[in-house]
Amino acid sequence: MRYSYFPGCTLYTKAKKLDDAGRECSLKLGFELDELPDWTCCGATFPLVNDQHMLMSGPTRILADTKDRGDDKLVALCSVCYNVLKRTNHVMLNDEERRAKITDFIERDYHGEVEVLHYLQVLRDEIGFDALKEKVVKPLEGLKVACYYGCLLLRPVKEIGLDRMENPTIFEDFIRALGAEPVDFPFKIECCGAFQTVNSMATATRCSREILSNAVQNGADLVITTCPLCQFNLDDRQPEILKEDPAFTTIPVFYFTQLLAVALGLDSGNLGFERNFINPLELLQEKGLV
Amino acid sequence: MDKKCDKKLGVFVCWCGSNIAGSVDVDKAVEEAGKLDGVVHAENYMYMCSDPGQQKVKDTIVEKGLDGVVVACCSPRMHENTFRKAAGSVGLNSYLLEIANIREHCSWVHQNNKPVATAKAVNIIKATLDKVKENLPLETLTIELTKRVCVVGGGIAGIMSALDLADAGYEVVIVEKEPVIGGHTAQVSSSFPYFQNISKLLGEKVKAVLEHPNIKVYVNSEVEVLDGYVGNFNVTIKTRPAFVDSAKCTSCGECLAACPVSLPDEFNRGLSRRGAIFIYNASAEARIPVLRQEDCRHFADFEQSQEEKCRACVQSCSENAIDLGALPGRSEEFVGAIVMATGYDLYSPANLPEYGGGTIPDVVDALAFERMLDPNGPTGGKVLCHSDGRIPKSVMFIQCAGSRDPERHKAYCSRACCMYTAKQARLYKRQVEDGTAFISYMDIRSDSRDFEEFVQVGMEQENLVYIRGRVAKVFEENGRLKVFTADTLTGRQITMDADLVVLAMAMEPKAGVRELAKKMNVTIDGDAFLSETHIKLYPVESSTKGVYLAGCGQAPKDITDTVSQALATAGKIQTMFSNETLIADPLIAEVKDDVCSGCGVCIEICPYGARVMNDFVRISEVNQAVCQGCGACIAACPNKACELINSTSRQFLRVIGDFTSKVKAVV
Repeated sequence: MRYSYFPGCTLYTKAKKLDDAGRECSLKLGFELDELPDWTCCGATFPLVNDQHMLMSGPTRILADTKDRGDDKLVALCSVCYNVLKRTNHVMLNDEERRAKITDFIERDYHGEVEVLHYLQVLRDEIGFDALKEKVVKPLEGLKVACYYGCLLLRPVKEIGLDRMENPTIFEDFIRALGAEPVDFPFKIECCGAFQTVNSMATATRCSREILSNAVQNGADLVITTCPLCQFNLDDRQPEILKEDPAFTTIPVFYFTQLLAVALGLDSGNLGFERNFINPLELLQEKGLV
Repeated sequence: MDKKCDKKLGVFVCWCGSNIAGSVDVDKAVEEAGKLDGVVHAENYMYMCSDPGQQKVKDTIVEKGLDGVVVACCSPRMHENTFRKAAGSVGLNSYLLEIANIREHCSWVHQNNKPVATAKAVNIIKATLDKVKENLPLETLTIELTKRVCVVGGGIAGIMSALDLADAGYEVVIVEKEPVIGGHTAQVSSSFPYFQNISKLLGEKVKAVLEHPNIKVYVNSEVEVLDGYVGNFNVTIKTRPAFVDSAKCTSCGECLAACPVSLPDEFNRGLSRRGAIFIYNASAEARIPVLRQEDCRHFADFEQSQEEKCRACVQSCSENAIDLGALPGRSEEFVGAIVMATGYDLYSPANLPEYGGGTIPDVVDALAFERMLDPNGPTGGKVLCHSDGRIPKSVMFIQCAGSRDPERHKAYCSRACCMYTAKQARLYKRQVEDGTAFISYMDIRSDSRDFEEFVQVGMEQENLVYIRGRVAKVFEENGRLKVFTADTLTGRQITMDADLVVLAMAMEPKAGVRELAKKMNVTIDGDAFLSETHIKLYPVESSTKGVYLAGCGQAPKDITDTVSQALATAGKIQTMFSNETLIADPLIAEVKDDVCSGCGVCIEICPYGARVMNDFVRISEVNQAVCQGCGACIAACPNKACELINSTSRQFLRVIGDFTSKVKAVV
């Protein structure tokens, strides 16, 4: 299987490890992520003002490019890109008036033909978690994982429709396929603070602290995410949390593709764990996984 | 040009004061109408519907021997009946009079353009005349009427309408799915707004039903087939096997202890457990155990031989009252009317996993809380945490759980929850004086007599803590329940602890109602509630004549409203039964035998089940009592073999022709 792939800006820089591991795993799992040539910024936020069409011209161009190279499916790994592309496509598919305005402006013929998929969706719906389980060479036995969804992967549910927005389970099902144990994690969809990290770091720190404390309390060894911003907030805010509360138990936070790579037996040297504030290598070594 | 009309037609144009005459030149209209083919009389008058106006119509019919009349006036909904009666009184068949609507369809919509309005009025008159020319004189149809009623559902709605009808002298058959009648009302501890004892109120009514000479109750039963039509229904009722012989059973309870099966008890909403053989409602009069086949091991083990199969209950019974070989029963009842009192279920808390519904034992639904409050219930009337039996010191009541949430759950308001939650919280406070009752609400809807006062007493005198907002999440932390919510009046987020969470779950139609509605030919709405014919004027009539609605099957409501509706239904049926036969409008479909090919398309399309195939001659027939004259079969018939009487295709093609042919300028 071959899919058009849209990495997005962060996956070339800060979240390189999300991208690297995702691509390596795809080869192991027998599907090809063919990077879209000349891709541009997805816009990073979906415009909430109804007549703000300019912000949708970028993502529409990306979708039209996918269509023009003959593909009907576009895979994203970053929650933000996925959200913006999927919602833009929803408009292209369902809102004739706005579609006409945008496509006229960028001079492209596009009617929402491309299906936007998240990498997790490919694993669930195209590969199948049962088939994934069979490809696992190092079952992550004994590893307790807190699955953190954030917001953009799920909401708004009418447009995204990946899973239930209040009590999603796709991540847990994925984790079980890898042989690890998902812990009960009531804070799995609570806000990480998102962009508040720029103008009110204290807010992001407080949000992250509540989420991480809940994960620790429920016995998790680590937290996984799909979103570079969530990962940044949850991981990089831990020094501040420690300053405020020395008794705080730190916990590694990394990307689901990195964990997938471990389970598929890929070389841990390439996984980029050294970029994490809390390096999970020690934990994984302790569990005999790397 | 068609051949000259040999009928004598009269046209009466009404001014309706200035309503019509203000925009239509009524003199011109009369002048033009008088020139039309077949018209022997045309006149106008200020108010044709007044007594002198009607007299003009009557006198002219007699004097000129008219055999067709067109009254050009307001909508036929207003005065068609008036004029038809007037025509009938002087010997003209009333179906030979038609209304030409030149008010709503003409003068009111062309108020500033008299020439256009006048031309259009003349056109409408001309078209109506062309219809009248081919109208047939008709007589109303009479239909036999069986004055018996079948009530589907033995909850409070079914009970109240059955009692009313039985007291009026009519025989009633109640079909109840469960082993006893009483419905969900039997699970409720006390009523609002006066804290009346429900088991006493309901108990009296149940007793009255069981002892009433005019009422027959089928428990453990469902409607299997419904045939027939208004006045003449044939209901086939299927009764589950009676494994326990009530004549032999002494209610000793040995079989209950012997049964190896243990399941959550539905009547007690999972607060207690039961075997496959169990007493459905411990406080009901009927204390004969029921054996539920689908739960019983005897019936589950297909592999085992007869000897190996579980027979624990049979062996424990000293009276030989249990027969595992019992067979289901089937009965037929002939009735003239049906009451659909099918009731509701609570939307399952498992649909709200973010509130711990279905996973956290101390998150219960409102009916479970009612079971706790019932002195005959599983906790003896004490509010206790289901997990460990401790007394909860703080209880969080969550209203609108699954209601008013169009994105994910039910868009509608379940109506009863605001009030029963206030009642439950007040009863809890009476029991646990040092406890706190929190109520999460969106709006308080207390819109009936003494309801608002009831809520206010709770807030002001009994210190119920009302928090306006929607709970985001309920989860367990360190053995306690944590609740995330917000106070939208102060704009603050709230995180709080609770010992017990009570979910006022949305009411939804009873499971299986879709299949039943199909059998009954009753339409349902998008949420599967049974639809009434008209929400204001025909609130208890279903889409099928002779099938009436009562209770929560139609829409969520409390006991007060349910009883009102049940009694309205009973009243409606008594009105129907006050006649010896039923009268039906003859404006229905008919079939041309020599054209019908028996393809059956009309049978599929008929929304009323009025078309039936005569298998001997392979011709589709019309059941005159059931047909409503909607015309669906006429449109569907590929051979044009059906016609609506007095609205034939020929008539309508002429009418359309009149409207589409080049209109001559009148003025």
